[in-house]
Amino acid sequence: MNLLIGLAMGFSLVALASSRLPSVIRAAAFQGMILGTLPLVLEEKFHWLVVAVAIGTITVKGFVIPNLLRRALRAANIDREVEPLLGFVPSLLLGAAAIIGAAALGNELPLRPEHAKSLLVPGSFATVVCGFILLMARTKAISQVCGYLILENGIYLFGLLLINSTPLLVEAGILLDLTVAVFVIGIIVDRIQREFDTLDTRKLTSLRE
Amino acid sequence: MKEIFLIALPLVFAAAAFAWPNEQTRSRLLPVAGGLHAALALWLLVNPPTLAANAWFGFDPLARAVLPMVSLLFLVCSIYAVTYLQIRAERKNRIFVTALLVMLGLLSLALQAQNLGLLWVAAEATTLVTVPLLHFTGTARAFEASWKYLLVGGTGIALSLLGSFCLGYASLHGGGNGDLTFTALIAQGATLTRPWLITAWVLLLAGYGTKMGLAPMHTWKPDAYGEAPGMVGALLAGGTTTMAFVAILRVKQVVDAAGGSAMTERTLLAFGLFSMLVAALFLLSTPDYKRMLAYSSVEHMGILTVGAALGGAGIWAALFHVWTNGLTKGALFLSASNIRRAAGAQTEDKVAGMAWRSPASARIFVVGILAVTACPPFGVFFSELKIILATFQTNNTFAATAFLGCLLFAFFGMARLVFAIVDGRPRAAARAPGKQLRETPGVIVPPLLFLALSLWLGLATPALLRDAWSTAAKLLSPTP
Repeated sequence: MNLLIGLAMGFSLVALASSRLPSVIRAAAFQGMILGTLPLVLEEKFHWLVVAVAIGTITVKGFVIPNLLRRALRAANIDREVEPLLGFVPSLLLGAAAIIGAAALGNELPLRPEHAKSLLVPGSFATVVCGFILLMARTKAISQVCGYLILENGIYLFGLLLINSTPLLVEAGILLDLTVAVFVIGIIVDRIQREFDTLDTRKLTSLRE
Repeated sequence: MKEIFLIALPLVFAAAAFAWPNEQTRSRLLPVAGGLHAALALWLLVNPPTLAANAWFGFDPLARAVLPMVSLLFLVCSIYAVTYLQIRAERKNRIFVTALLVMLGLLSLALQAQNLGLLWVAAEATTLVTVPLLHFTGTARAFEASWKYLLVGGTGIALSLLGSFCLGYASLHGGGNGDLTFTALIAQGATLTRPWLITAWVLLLAGYGTKMGLAPMHTWKPDAYGEAPGMVGALLAGGTTTMAFVAILRVKQVVDAAGGSAMTERTLLAFGLFSMLVAALFLLSTPDYKRMLAYSSVEHMGILTVGAALGGAGIWAALFHVWTNGLTKGALFLSASNIRRAAGAQTEDKVAGMAWRSPASARIFVVGILAVTACPPFGVFFSELKIILATFQTNNTFAATAFLGCLLFAFFGMARLVFAIVDGRPRAAARAPGKQLRETPGVIVPPLLFLALSLWLGLATPALLRDAWSTAAKLLSPTP
């Protein structure tokens, strides 16, 4: 299981390092799929609701959302460079620092014995911070959406700590909200593209003091 | 189980509005739904139901203390919306009307939620359903505002989800079962693990604080309020922010029960005063009267937060302020919307002489500004007075001084801008004569109603409401 979490953390670094939008989307999608399989690994006994949530997560995070984003990318017909505000090497270094910081923080916070050896807490915090970096350090709307997705993935990872106690209904609600969120984002991206003829959020500056 | 109709009724009407075939008559559903909702909310205010144990949602004292206000706000805004949508008949209103009704249903759900997870789901859904309301006007600026709202609001709400999980883990680690119902979390009290509790409080305060619009997480607010139609601004400023404030109060109750009241009160006081300071500084310089209302909202969210930091008497005053601020803001947003329509612009270099161009709206706007900057005898004066009294009761002279200073600067800033647009000679180039706004009763009566409600709250606060606030304050702060 720790292997899978490590892999997921790796994908957030890949997303930080990629210079082309389709590969950022792919990294976020792979990360989502890995996270989708985790509940199956965590849960000892077989429960149909867990399987349903896992399948739902994999479909939504691995296929539905990336396809929406790719379609927006095609429809907007933008060039596929990422155009970072912050260079790739600094973002990678920041990402690595985030992972180290998260590991240190994870050691500080008290954990239940069954979670003590797992990477869930540091993995989750590191992914959240990487998502934040991507959200802030990129200018294209699509890469900001990917940053938001990676941030949500990090939170999902943390939610797995509670999988035995929170009703899965809440998890399902969260998943539903996320899907709608990205759907709405997709529509807005489409409209921004039509109105401004670009998806560069640096152009969105008419509202300011 | 009547409280479920507060949630179900608007959602049923939303479905009906979506299926309604006629563009002209669809908007009439809004006041019908608003009226039924308000009647039910007031009935529940008078006859509070008993709360079922372990229920996921219910009309508890805190919901009773604020939900009727949101319902009244929606009712008056919905009357305005009928005329507004007639004026803007060129735009399709199916999504707009549906989204407004869904928003009312989700707000009722979030205000009544007794489970942290359910509260989050409702809050996130409210964020999403607001987006089509923001870009109803369809301008490039409106899309820019929606994008910023979605990104900042989405990130904030994501942080509050992480915070909710942290609180769940605090319970799990402390020997509980990770149940996210508020009663279960409060019952666990001091056994919640402290480091996780602190992490959860920080994340939840940042998350719901973003939704509420506390500085420095307020950046979406001026854009959204500046570009949204007037009644959407009023509903955001009085409804969504109230929802976020209630969420913070509920989380505070849990953290306090676990022995963290010193921490919650200190952080809330700092956030509140900082928001008031930032808002006062921006109010002194903003040239745009709709964005000015957003900064005024940031200021009043700061006031609420300061009130929440001051124990039982402060919470009572803050709940009072939720009512007075929400209803007075309604008058301001609706009359500002009329002025915007009459003037065709919203910055002081392009707008002047509105006392001549749209006399009734300009008068309502001026009186509304005086009301919101706490001139007696309007409600805001009395609720702010109660908060100041609470600061003295807790011997917090510094807070009282800073509070009054910020109020004074906010008053200077708002008075400067308001008289700049109301007085002077009208700009000739603003609007062709045929497209001017006619001040029909449909656009004048709703803001007047809001002013009347604000005056009524100030002059004769009903004993029933006082009782509702006291019950809620007692629930939230058992030791006075």
